[in-house]
Amino acid sequence: MPKATNADDGDGPESPDGVQIDLISGERMEGMASMEKIRMILDGVHDGNIVILEEGLSPDEESRLIEVTMAEISPDEFNGIEIETYPKSSTGNSSILGRIMGNNESTKKLTVIGPANQIETLHKDETLISALVSRN
Amino acid sequence: MGLLKGLKDSISRATDRLFSEQEPKRIGIYGPPNAGKTTLANRIARDWTGDAIGTESHIPHETRRARRKEGVEIERNGKSVTIDIVDTPGVTTKVDYEEFTGEMEEDDAIRRSREATEGVAEAMHWLREDVDGVIYVLDSAEDPITQVNTMLIGIIESRDLPVLIFANKIDLDDASVKRIEDAFPQHKTVPLSAKEGDNMDEVYENIAEYFG
Ligand SMILES: Nc1nc2c(ncn2[C@@H]2O[C@H](COP(=O)(O)OP(=O)(O)OP(=O)(O)O)[C@@H](O)[C@H]2O)c(=O)[nH]1
Ligand SMILES: [Mg+2]
Repeated sequence: MPKATNADDGDGPESPDGVQIDLISGERMEGMASMEKIRMILDGVHDGNIVILEEGLSPDEESRLIEVTMAEISPDEFNGIEIETYPKSSTGNSSILGRIMGNNESTKKLTVIGPANQIETLHKDETLISALVSRN
Repeated sequence: MGLLKGLKDSISRATDRLFSEQEPKRIGIYGPPNAGKTTLANRIARDWTGDAIGTESHIPHETRRARRKEGVEIERNGKSVTIDIVDTPGVTTKVDYEEFTGEMEEDDAIRRSREATEGVAEAMHWLREDVDGVIYVLDSAEDPITQVNTMLIGIIESRDLPVLIFANKIDLDDASVKRIEDAFPQHKTVPLSAKEGDNMDEVYENIAEYFG
């Protein structure tokens, strides 16, 4: 980004060299409806922020996140999102029993979401997620 | 006469269905872009009905609207199942039209990406509302552990939908079926080449058994 044209001081989302990271606690997410969570995430991402969710989303919310993201993609403005979770969504663990028992352990996964056009790679292995944010 | 016979046939088909309690199952073919979903859907449709479903292309997001082929009856080893095949657009979390500008005019690239996003949104919606089972197609030459694949499999599991994983493109040199089996050990993986028609017997056996 060449130079901020509007002289808004402070650390707003448009600040030229910085990357804003929103770390959202599980507690904060708890009282929110699915669509509120998705709105909050995508509003952050639209502003160029990296959004980190302490406890991630449920599978149903993830599917809605993809759906709403698709609806908001617009040429030259918004290309969509990069998303990574840690640990890997525990496939196989989401047993019917677990869900009946109200055990939503499987949704508690750290989730990192960012704008696809600014995050070059979201790399992940067993113990690390690293995001390479482009500054241009 | 043709009409009467047609009517009689369709009544007897309807009653057959009633008695076998075989409502056609809607089987969604999901997976990342370019995995070979349409190639597979076309092969299944051609093998059992004679005609195709949609166009195949090396450019991702060739399928941008879910397409359905209804009443495909698949029979194997005495088991039979009637399915409506739904070929869906490859699921992704991002679409950049500039990826297509090398292959086409900018206007077309923009239109392609817009249609792709609508199609993916629709496919996600259907997955929540409108399918009875899923065939998840992966390109065996690619790393199966991607965020999209893990999320989608998680979404499918959370809905308790029966799912078969199809390890496609086994004709390629760097194909690895094992890599897919290891990534999703909780599901049955069936190797195949939709393009070459390799291992289709096992494909149909599994469809008949799993979704029947
Ligand atoms: N080598 C090989 N190529 C295949 C196979 N199946 C499909 N392809 C090729 O992979 C490319 C994509 O195939 P499609 O069937 O259009 O893929 P798709 O999953 O429907 O793609 P989208 O609709 O864009 O999501 C085409 O060039 C196909 O010819 C296979 O078994 N082996
Ligand atoms: Mg296709």
